[in-house]
Amino acid sequence: MSGARGGAGMRLRGLLRKEFLQIVRDPSSIAIAFLMPIFLLTLFGYGVSLDADHVPIALVQDAPSRDGADFLASIRGTHYFAPREAASMAEAERLLREGKVNGIVRLPADFPRRLRESSGAPIQVVVSGVDANTARLVLGYVEGAWGTWLSSRAARLGQEASSPVGQQTRIWFNAELRSRNYLVPGLVAIIMTLIGALLTALVMAREWERGTMEALLVTPASMTEVLLGKLGAYFVLGTGGMFLTVGLAVWLFDVPLRGSFWVLWACSSLFLLAALGMGLTISTLARSQFVAGQVAIITTFLPAFLLSGFIFDIGSMPPVVQAITHVIVARYFVAIVQTLFLAGDVWAVVVPNALALALLAAAFLAITWRKSRKRLD
Amino acid sequence: MWWRILALVRKEFLALLKDPKSRLVLVVPPLVQLLVFGYAATFDLRQVPIAVLDEDRGSASRELLAAFGGDATFVQVARLRSEDEIAPLVDRRKVLAVIRVGPRFTDDLLSGRPAPLQVIIDGRNSNTAMIALNYVRSVVERFNSDWIAARGLQAPPARLETRAWFNPNLESRWFFIPGIVGMLTLVVTMLVTALTVAREREQGTFDQLLVTPLRPGEILLGKTVPGFVIGILQATLIMVVARAWFGVPFLGSLAAFYAGLALFLLSAVGAGLLISSLSATQQQGLLGAFLFMVPAVILSGFATPIANMPEAVQLVTYVDPLRYFLVILRKVFLEGAGFALVADQLWPMAVIGAVTLSLASWLFRHRMY
Repeated sequence: MSGARGGAGMRLRGLLRKEFLQIVRDPSSIAIAFLMPIFLLTLFGYGVSLDADHVPIALVQDAPSRDGADFLASIRGTHYFAPREAASMAEAERLLREGKVNGIVRLPADFPRRLRESSGAPIQVVVSGVDANTARLVLGYVEGAWGTWLSSRAARLGQEASSPVGQQTRIWFNAELRSRNYLVPGLVAIIMTLIGALLTALVMAREWERGTMEALLVTPASMTEVLLGKLGAYFVLGTGGMFLTVGLAVWLFDVPLRGSFWVLWACSSLFLLAALGMGLTISTLARSQFVAGQVAIITTFLPAFLLSGFIFDIGSMPPVVQAITHVIVARYFVAIVQTLFLAGDVWAVVVPNALALALLAAAFLAITWRKSRKRLD
Repeated sequence: MWWRILALVRKEFLALLKDPKSRLVLVVPPLVQLLVFGYAATFDLRQVPIAVLDEDRGSASRELLAAFGGDATFVQVARLRSEDEIAPLVDRRKVLAVIRVGPRFTDDLLSGRPAPLQVIIDGRNSNTAMIALNYVRSVVERFNSDWIAARGLQAPPARLETRAWFNPNLESRWFFIPGIVGMLTLVVTMLVTALTVAREREQGTFDQLLVTPLRPGEILLGKTVPGFVIGILQATLIMVVARAWFGVPFLGSLAAFYAGLALFLLSAVGAGLLISSLSATQQQGLLGAFLFMVPAVILSGFATPIANMPEAVQLVTYVDPLRYFLVILRKVFLEGAGFALVADQLWPMAVIGAVTLSLASWLFRHRMY
């Protein structure tokens, strides 16, 4: 650490100081590390939800009857629907076409009579299939209400329940299926991907573009030290942002953290190295800030959002697309955080994903190192 | 005056396209991303791994489990012998769900008592869990009605007859691909606009531009045209691929599509230029691009419906141009909407475009470093 020639530690300290000074001078890096997580996590934590509640639907009775009212009461009784009466099917269809309601439940005029025939009475359900997911949820909710109505009606009339097999469901890790519990940990991963890449995507390109890289290279500092200085400075900044995001998830959004904090910290560090490494790689390969910025916009957000398993199930994608998801850094971290937050320290999930993160981090840093060194020759 | 603007437009196109890397970035990724995302973005589950625990081993339980085996959605990856084997499999995400048949299942069924079937499901991804449960329920429903029919039992007094409009098979891909068209258009626009002014500021060429006879409005026009033109071309290409490759029906009118696209591009270009002219460095421009783009996508109703958001967040979505464009895209693609049905989505984008573009051009002169 001391000595005129071997002052590697001192040089590194100097480089770190330089990076921190640059960070403080252009506060946009600090904004990326601290303001962006707060802003994005609060917005999405409150804004993003897949739990369809109070879905507007139209109820139509061609001829009002007590049986009909009895059935519709079971629909009105759940918080899943915000039902409204429609005077006729034509009106209900107009509401559906205008997007005012997501579905229609219609009881035909002969509903009470056919209820007492052996063939049974039809209940017409129409949903708007544009948003297929919501449509499916609505159908599921209607089926649920229908099942409840059938069994309570059977009980009232002293008949046997007419469904032979009754399904009992136990949902592990997230008993109320609160979508926030899985979206918020996923958001931690998405937001950290953005932060990691944004912090470093421009830094190497900036030095090349402004000519300060050549200035750095004529100092005794080696390229490895320059890279380490950058990595170190932004790693500290990124870790700060990470603590903030995890803290918000736990205290603001009440997402349970069932695994150990230390495992989360260790995995986050690996992930941060990979994300920063990806930014440095972009920056080194692009050489100009403009192109680096463009590449960062394209390669970070949408892939992390759509291909990480954050929203869309990776197992249901075609094999080719599944193969592509393996180079998405966020994919591994999403798997780790969802498990650590909701299930606990399941090593069978954590270890392979952490290894993959380490591998990607090493690969990105190696590319950066090699490509930067080449310039020296 | 026109040749001045034309020269400026030419310069902007050159600045964007002269770097081969930059050219590549503008053309290849959006297409590749459409293909990859188009396959990735679906809520329809395939090959859901399940395990079964049959404690009954009777004729009825075999029949029920065969129904699960015959359903294309599920893949049975394990047959368990005891309850203890459930937790390790679910914890490790080897299976999404475990179907457990209790020991008296066949007896209960044959003697007419209701027989419970236990389903244990991994709730870590609550949306996947909910969808998988729906699939399980439909298998059980089918088994029940077959059972009733085969044994001549009393059928339920009422049955549901369901129909889905606009998307009869409820393919969620049809919902997402028009959304991806909108998202990629936004990303391309950001690529072209968000860093341009910031780059010129950083390199000092913007000051030179300001001392030319060009008025701010003319500079604005020069900066808007490339984003607009590239956006139109890209969106057209993406739309054609969505139609031809993915077979998403395009039922509505092209006029409505292009009216929506043009206004959306105006508002997105406006937002990009506003971000760019607010930034002193490209780093700030990039930060701004993300701070706009990420919320714009997530709050647009692309994956999570706006109706599920709390009131306050729903208000925020009104300034999101992508929100309006997505509605138009879905209506035009799937519902066959013409001009009239999308008209109320057009003017908010026009307002957003007008506000952001005029702010950007005002900032050209009034934000100097």
